[in-house]
Amino acid sequence: MTDTSLHRSLPDRLDNPVKSTLLSWESLLVLVAVAIFVANSFASPYFLNAWSLSDLTFNFTEKALIALAMALLIVAGEIDLSVASIIALASTLMGLALQYGADTPALVLVGIGVGIACGAFNGFLVTGLKLPSIVVTIGTMSLFRGIAFIVLGDQSFKGYPPSFSWFGQGYVYWVISFELVLFLVCAIIYWVLLHRTNFGRRVFAIGNNAVAAQFSGVRVDRIKFVLFCLTGLMSGVAAVLLTARLGSTRPSIAQGWELESITMVVLGGVSILGGAGSITGVVLAALIMGLVTFGLGLLNVPGIVMSIFIGALLIVVIALPILWTMWKERRP
Amino acid sequence: MNRLFKTREIWLALAILAVVVLVTLRFPRFAQPQNLLTIFNDTSILMMLALGQMAVILTRSIDLSMAANLALTGMAAAMINAAFPAIPIPLLIGFCVLMGAALGAFNGVLVWKLDIPPIVVTLGTLTIYRGLVFVLSGGAWVNADQMSRDFIQLQRGDFLGLPILSWFAIIVAGLVYVLMTRTPLGRAFYAIGVNPTASVYTGIDVGRTQFLAFVLSGAISGLAGYLWISRYVIASVEVASGYELTIIAACVIGGVSIAGGIGTVAGALLGAIFLGVVNNALPVIGVSPFWQMAISGAAILLAVVLNARGEKSRGRVILKKAEGVA
Repeated sequence: MTDTSLHRSLPDRLDNPVKSTLLSWESLLVLVAVAIFVANSFASPYFLNAWSLSDLTFNFTEKALIALAMALLIVAGEIDLSVASIIALASTLMGLALQYGADTPALVLVGIGVGIACGAFNGFLVTGLKLPSIVVTIGTMSLFRGIAFIVLGDQSFKGYPPSFSWFGQGYVYWVISFELVLFLVCAIIYWVLLHRTNFGRRVFAIGNNAVAAQFSGVRVDRIKFVLFCLTGLMSGVAAVLLTARLGSTRPSIAQGWELESITMVVLGGVSILGGAGSITGVVLAALIMGLVTFGLGLLNVPGIVMSIFIGALLIVVIALPILWTMWKERRP
Repeated sequence: MNRLFKTREIWLALAILAVVVLVTLRFPRFAQPQNLLTIFNDTSILMMLALGQMAVILTRSIDLSMAANLALTGMAAAMINAAFPAIPIPLLIGFCVLMGAALGAFNGVLVWKLDIPPIVVTLGTLTIYRGLVFVLSGGAWVNADQMSRDFIQLQRGDFLGLPILSWFAIIVAGLVYVLMTRTPLGRAFYAIGVNPTASVYTGIDVGRTQFLAFVLSGAISGLAGYLWISRYVIASVEVASGYELTIIAACVIGGVSIAGGIGTVAGALLGAIFLGVVNNALPVIGVSPFWQMAISGAAILLAVVLNARGEKSRGRVILKKAEGVA
């Protein structure tokens, strides 16, 4: 029943009409999103306002950027719990570079470079040494943030130049922030990558049956390594945005984000067992989480209570279809 | 097989001994029995939690909600104590165990009856339980002066030269040891982890066994909730925040395989003690506590690498693992 090998021994999914199931999952998410949107606009008079809605996007864009890459990783049957710690380390090293007089392009390079390096380290441990990713990334989660603590202690880095702050606070056009534009561009890139390229099809193949994929000529380890690097890269990008938005770096930055990013991915319909999922779902899930937290914020609900809603949403959205199938099977 | 387990735990025990010896060479007072007992006492709560987590991990599951469960149960205990100081503490402890078990059972039911992957379930309940601490307390703290004297003092009492807290750890370890090695349920935990399909054919209800593992980890979290609050004499929303990963770290360092089926009580205990010794040694040798996190991260990675080398000798099983990494 809970045997994961049963899941894997299912007949080839490529022949199944998976598409219709996925469509229904995504339409469920759209319904949830619309419902929350309407509820928000009734609940608070301040919600339906261009600037409010623009502020809303800041709630989820950084986490959602990570979720895009995480989705591919989870589809391939792996996971990365160290993403928030990569943000902490990248942000710390950016701050350190700032102390040595780095300018804005250099800061961005440092942030993204540290992200890729951390991702590559995870990828090497998982694919090179054949270790389970969940344990490896629990380890690197402590290690990366631990290094940030060693560098910073209880201090913080401040004084980022205004040209750098633009990445986190700037607007491209009217209320459209740079963060939102970047997120949308990345979402399209990841959608194409997962759903329209050979690479994406191989990611699904690995997630459904890594051994079979290996025997059909897919370079499983190389693709997994690339996916870890991509997740690191997106964490680095998120580190740049978040550091620019906050204007300061503390070692406790982005604490708990790994769980929120993974929640987005799972809520988006990606199977935690690998092999199924879509970028559209993840984007919708990110929007839902942004709507929930922002709407509750307008109602002065404290952040910690919002997390109850997020957690309940995660379980309910996953449990409902299962209960529905069980109920339907019991009826005839 | 047994010898393999033994060597792994001996190796870990030697590593702990090496740390103790190295520190003692420079600071002779470190190895004094009194200090070692203090370290043991400091680590007691982590040891119990690691045993609960081990039961869950053995069944190819994971419980990320233990620390949140601990915080919620601990807050409930502290508030009951503040409101009704007359309630005897043993009764309160019983309540904590039951409440923790109920929270664990909630995880277990979702895994058992709805077949939702454990990591998803406990990711959700982690945030729910943590949020409920806030709802329950309204964000307020319960301070030492609101707690009754018994509530604070019970675990500080002394029995045969050991603090009561240490005795809690010893008794829980004994019970879990008997459960794991002398009962059908314990054997079922291992059987499921090694081969769930074969377990079904031998008449083991996989879902039900996983459910019971979650109840066990929940009950231990509940007990740890009381012990934690009465030890640090403050109940707040932030209690043990992020501790779920320390618990898993203790298991991994102790040689519990995240793929299920491998792990011993002694290993989990030693994993917890290793973290406790390192954390206690750092301030002694003058290393900033900010190094703690990075060191435990490095220890986890080292442990996984070494464990993986040990498991490779298991031949075919590793093949199954390669396709089943979740």
